[in-house]
Amino acid sequence: MALLRVLGLKKSYGGAEILRGIDLAVERGEVLGLIGPTGSGKTTLLRLINLLEDPSCGSIEFEGRTVSGRPEGEKLAARRRMAMVFQKPVMFRASVEDNVSYGLRMRGSWQAPGQGKADGSKEEFKELVRGLLEAVGLCGYEKRDANTLSGGEMQRIALARALILQPDLLLLDEPTANLDPKSADSIDRLLERVAGSELLPGDGKERTASRPAVILATHNMRQCRRLTGRVAVMQAGRLEAVDYTEEIFKGRDGFIFHDFL
Amino acid sequence: MEEIWNGLVRAVELIVTLNPEVMSITARSLLISFVSVLLAASISIPLGGLIEFRNFRGKGAVVNLIQTLYGLPTVTVGLFVFLLLSRSGPLGSLQLLYTPTGMVIGQMILISPILMGLTISALKGVSPSIRDTAVSLGAGEWQVLLTVIKEARHAVIAAVLIAFGRAISEVGVAMMIGGNIRGYTRVLTTAIALQTSMGNLEMSMALGILLICISMLLNLVLGRFQGR
Repeated sequence: MALLRVLGLKKSYGGAEILRGIDLAVERGEVLGLIGPTGSGKTTLLRLINLLEDPSCGSIEFEGRTVSGRPEGEKLAARRRMAMVFQKPVMFRASVEDNVSYGLRMRGSWQAPGQGKADGSKEEFKELVRGLLEAVGLCGYEKRDANTLSGGEMQRIALARALILQPDLLLLDEPTANLDPKSADSIDRLLERVAGSELLPGDGKERTASRPAVILATHNMRQCRRLTGRVAVMQAGRLEAVDYTEEIFKGRDGFIFHDFL
Repeated sequence: MEEIWNGLVRAVELIVTLNPEVMSITARSLLISFVSVLLAASISIPLGGLIEFRNFRGKGAVVNLIQTLYGLPTVTVGLFVFLLLSRSGPLGSLQLLYTPTGMVIGQMILISPILMGLTISALKGVSPSIRDTAVSLGAGEWQVLLTVIKEARHAVIAAVLIAFGRAISEVGVAMMIGGNIRGYTRVLTTAIALQTSMGNLEMSMALGILLICISMLLNLVLGRFQGR
């Protein structure tokens, strides 16, 4: 059973139809690239999958259960199995540590899910935050005001904030857009490790078992080619093609994405 | 002019020597207004947040009504609460008329629209991305509300201080609901009105100076929160 199924998804704002019927399935542990020109509906699709908005038509299934358009409690339970990193991450007016731990605190837990520790202490939890900060190259930043960081640093904090939740589905919305080449490169290397599950908390065995599915919306073809197993090509609110990355990049059938390669 | 000058000197003396009557009236004023603001804020701030975050029919009209009530005449609130609490009123059996509790209720009604309205404005100023981020990271509805209020904390604290300023300086509710009973419901504003009408200028000036000092202090604190 696919982890995520998107069925006939449509979304309109006012009279403008942004998504015009999307069908898509994402398997556990796979990394799916989402490419398409600006305005093709990538961000809207990710927002709908993250249940931040309800679709105008169609549905979203998570582990075989319809989660879109359901009462807030059901949506919250499904949303807590996902994490999203936005194109322009915003930081809460708080320390880096508080930002990274936000999702865990909202779950009323000082321990990371799946750690196998019934009574994780605050110290263990802090250690977890420290470990993730180290992994994203921001060791020692715990007490810094998150809003004083650079764009690249904020993006890495946003990644750590999502990864600490050990999501089953990780949604990345153009995580290297708006960054200078050096910052983009460091995020790129991080994503490579995310795709290989190296950055998840826990030991190797746990990491492999809990490897998240990732949907990566990007304009960066090099990044897409290197990180993803399959690619979905979006154009004007529709999916033009979904195929293995190698096939898509062979450019067979003259896919539209050649226009922005 | 000399009478005013002498009154002023005497008023300062009353303050400097910590005159028990002046101090007790000031302490009562501060306490009643503090309790009013505390209770009104704990209801109005979350309510303002819910109004801002929920979409419902007539939301615009509700917000307009709240903003209209900012300038609610204190005597009108006084009359309304008087009718509620008077012996023949619906809450007459509680016997709250001419009590500090009655004054707290009146002041709460007076300042709640300000607290609600300014909270709504404060939350509007927070980037929608903050809310999206909180929701996306798994915050429930109340957790999102608290997160956004925390983000707008400077503006919300400013709203609380403005409400406190309105509560401590109002006279209509204090007079009509409190009844200006010495040692029980007499507060700065009602005492000033009484002492002036009795020709006891030094006393009313001393209380007036203290009221202005409290307002200035509030303004200073407010300025800090607004980065002035």
